[in-house]
Amino acid sequence: VTEPPVTEPPVTEPAAQPVRLTVNGQAHEVRAGPELTLLDVLRGDLGLAGPRFGCGAGLCGACFVLLDGQPRPACELPAAAAAGRDVVTVEGLAPGDGLHPVQQAFIDEQAAQCGYCTTGLVISAVALLRACPAPTPAQVREALKPNLCRCGAHGRVVRAVLKAAAAEPE
Amino acid sequence: VTVVPPPSAPEPGLPGDLAATPVLGRWLDFSADGVVTVATGKVEYGQGVWTALAQIAAEELDVRLARVRVAPVSTATSPDEGTTSGSKSIEDSGAALRQACAQARRAVLAAAAERLGADPAALGVRDGEIVTASGGTGLSYWSLGAPGLAMAAGPPAEAKPAGRWSVAGRSAPRIDIPDKVAGRPRFLHDLALPGMLFGRVVRPPAAAAGLQAVGRADLPAGVIDVVTDGSFLGVVAETDAAARVAARRLGQAARWTVRESLPDEDDLRSFLLGEPAETSVIARRRDTAAAARATRTLTAEFSRPFLAHASMAPSCAIAQVQDAAVTVWTHSQGIFALHRALAAGLGLEPRHLVVRHAEGAGAYGHNGADDAALDAVLLARAPACRGRPVRVMWSREDEMSWAPLGSAMLARLSAGLDPGGRIQSWRQDVWSNGFLGRPGTGGEPRLLALAHLAGGQPMSAAPDGAAVPTIGSVRNSLPGYDIPDVEVTRHRLLTMPIRTSSLRSLGAFLNVFAIESFMDELAAAAGADPVAFRLAHLADPRSRRVIEQAAEMAEWSVRRGPDAGLGIGFARYKGTSGYCAAVAEVEAGTEVRLRRLWLAVDVGRVINPDGVINQAEGGAVQSASWVLRERVRFDRAAITSVSWDSYPILRFTEVPDVAVRVVAAPGEPETGAGEVAQGPVAGAIGNAVAAALGVRVRDLPLTRDQIIRAIEAG
Repeated sequence: VTEPPVTEPPVTEPAAQPVRLTVNGQAHEVRAGPELTLLDVLRGDLGLAGPRFGCGAGLCGACFVLLDGQPRPACELPAAAAAGRDVVTVEGLAPGDGLHPVQQAFIDEQAAQCGYCTTGLVISAVALLRACPAPTPAQVREALKPNLCRCGAHGRVVRAVLKAAAAEPE
Repeated sequence: VTVVPPPSAPEPGLPGDLAATPVLGRWLDFSADGVVTVATGKVEYGQGVWTALAQIAAEELDVRLARVRVAPVSTATSPDEGTTSGSKSIEDSGAALRQACAQARRAVLAAAAERLGADPAALGVRDGEIVTASGGTGLSYWSLGAPGLAMAAGPPAEAKPAGRWSVAGRSAPRIDIPDKVAGRPRFLHDLALPGMLFGRVVRPPAAAAGLQAVGRADLPAGVIDVVTDGSFLGVVAETDAAARVAARRLGQAARWTVRESLPDEDDLRSFLLGEPAETSVIARRRDTAAAARATRTLTAEFSRPFLAHASMAPSCAIAQVQDAAVTVWTHSQGIFALHRALAAGLGLEPRHLVVRHAEGAGAYGHNGADDAALDAVLLARAPACRGRPVRVMWSREDEMSWAPLGSAMLARLSAGLDPGGRIQSWRQDVWSNGFLGRPGTGGEPRLLALAHLAGGQPMSAAPDGAAVPTIGSVRNSLPGYDIPDVEVTRHRLLTMPIRTSSLRSLGAFLNVFAIESFMDELAAAAGADPVAFRLAHLADPRSRRVIEQAAEMAEWSVRRGPDAGLGIGFARYKGTSGYCAAVAEVEAGTEVRLRRLWLAVDVGRVINPDGVINQAEGGAVQSASWVLRERVRFDRAAITSVSWDSYPILRFTEVPDVAVRVVAAPGEPETGAGEVAQGPVAGAIGNAVAAALGVRVRDLPLTRDQIIRAIEAG
């Protein structure tokens, strides 16, 4: 016999704290409780669609952003932990509506199928080329290892990154 | 467009989908100046089909590709072309759209000729402008008021011969890729409707579980409502974060009764062979004289575990309930079937329900998209939502465990060789849960949460389709080789402890893995080279050609290093669709390393060559991942492989180099390319592992443990 569900009045969270963030060169202030992630802020508060939710555990790379220049998952990073750090999403890689050379290379090589993992891959590739402007194919694969792609566009993605490296070393 | 009722019987000779939706204006319109909007019932999910369909329309209408827009697919406006599955979009929607455009062009030219007092045959179209040999006429698709679009399709118009194509047949860049690379909102997950709320569902902790009590949970600010109905438990909040946190706390507080209902993961063979099953003969070609010539019989069993879609994005949906009107946004592959299933399952008036498609992440069959749509409606109809749209997104964990899975399978093969090394007889028995579990199949809505609602019935075991070797678990169970005496039998399980449905290529993946592995075993028994042995059993020239080309690409006759090996696999998908041969090169140390794959594919006439290559490459990599890594894990109560750690797929450092050659067949009908590689690649890898190790591993995935088990079994 199932007993009837019991609902208690909810307890309100402790007041969210103001957090100052720099995203794509612009300063923002948001109110963030401990459970709010950087990805929540980027997608929910700032309306940036580029970083994507994939797993919530930092295991797939779909939500990658550059955090002080390093590719990091935004899905499990508390927003407060990003305070005072430089956050760059795929939208902030090139000025205005322009494309970063890595993004252009992805288009040139048609390096996507569904494209859900693409923005995270672009972030990882940009970070690689800043640190290593002329990578070998093996170095590209290693740098993209934290990113998953379920459609199997891997070969094209590696080609695109190598093409971007050859076209415009940063 | 004013719609004229279609005649009671469609014109003979029209493509099937056009005959079903004959009004031309349902397929295209010229209402936006300088733009052709085409409507298809097929949805885009990263396979590139909208680009190829746009190419077909542009070609037939003589407009630049950039002028063509593809309309979002909706049950309110789009032609019902069923589910976007089975690699049939180019075959079905492409043919319908081509014919609709050819007829629209014909109607426009006739109207222009009348206006100009000219002979229609003297008129042509240049990028949408009506022209004569001497130049423009001032008329265009956009200036003539779309004559003919309100009419039903007439007698078939002659489509442009491929020899005159300038847009189709070329590798046009995909129309969806720029948005995806730039990170512009494009996915359903990005859709931010005014006033939108966010919902989450708290799934039971086990496959068979009942909600006893919600318990006491501290809910964060911003929660609008907690919805309970039987064992369905969900929450709606002002933000996604609040909904996520609330769902987690509700999950921790809820109390459930749990029953152990799952089979023993380590003995799927006993499960598959032991459950009650419906047995049907799928194919029978008897030649007793030939069978009697066999002097040696080989028998072997091959198996695969349950496989997950493991899409990059968790399933997502939005629903808005305003009085009787219900609107659903979904990334389902089958919005029309979902429309019917939601209406039936919830008792909604079908005409008050609209299901609209928006892109999700890559889909490889029937995943959780449809179930998420029901979740969204169940939450959005809560009075506290007051008509606001509610977006539901699943967690990664729920995506891995509650979306339908591809069934575990066992195939038992037996073949008789004559003294000359020819196969005279073949028997194949396939045990599996059904693959046709999409919404509405067999007249049942088949949506997850319906079983959890108060008074809900458990979902019945998934159907598997007609007793033919083109569909379901027995897809590709009939070998494509020239064998005189053949019989194939299906054993569809009548219980379904783990929910199954369609996953890319259905049973073809295991059946072709089994057949191609067994062909190598038979070749070895006959003392023959695997490629030569296959060719000796194949008269069909297109089959022979892909095998010969794949072997040539891989330099088949060149021996690899000491721990390396080559293997080949071949199939014609469904036995009726595209051809693919694959050669794999593996290096077998402590782990199997797949170095390279070479594929030759023949999918008939090609609309977008790079699209075909992309699909074949992707299919090859995904198949390799299934073969080498993937296995759904579970205990006796619940799926336990709920993360990318416990359900690993191939990573960038592990994927092989893939080379694809599209074998030209311009005179042959178009077929899909999305699923041709699944089986052949599996066979090729299995055979390459056997060549490298000298051990035949018949149970997937080909992990170290399975290889050691095969070595120990001798």
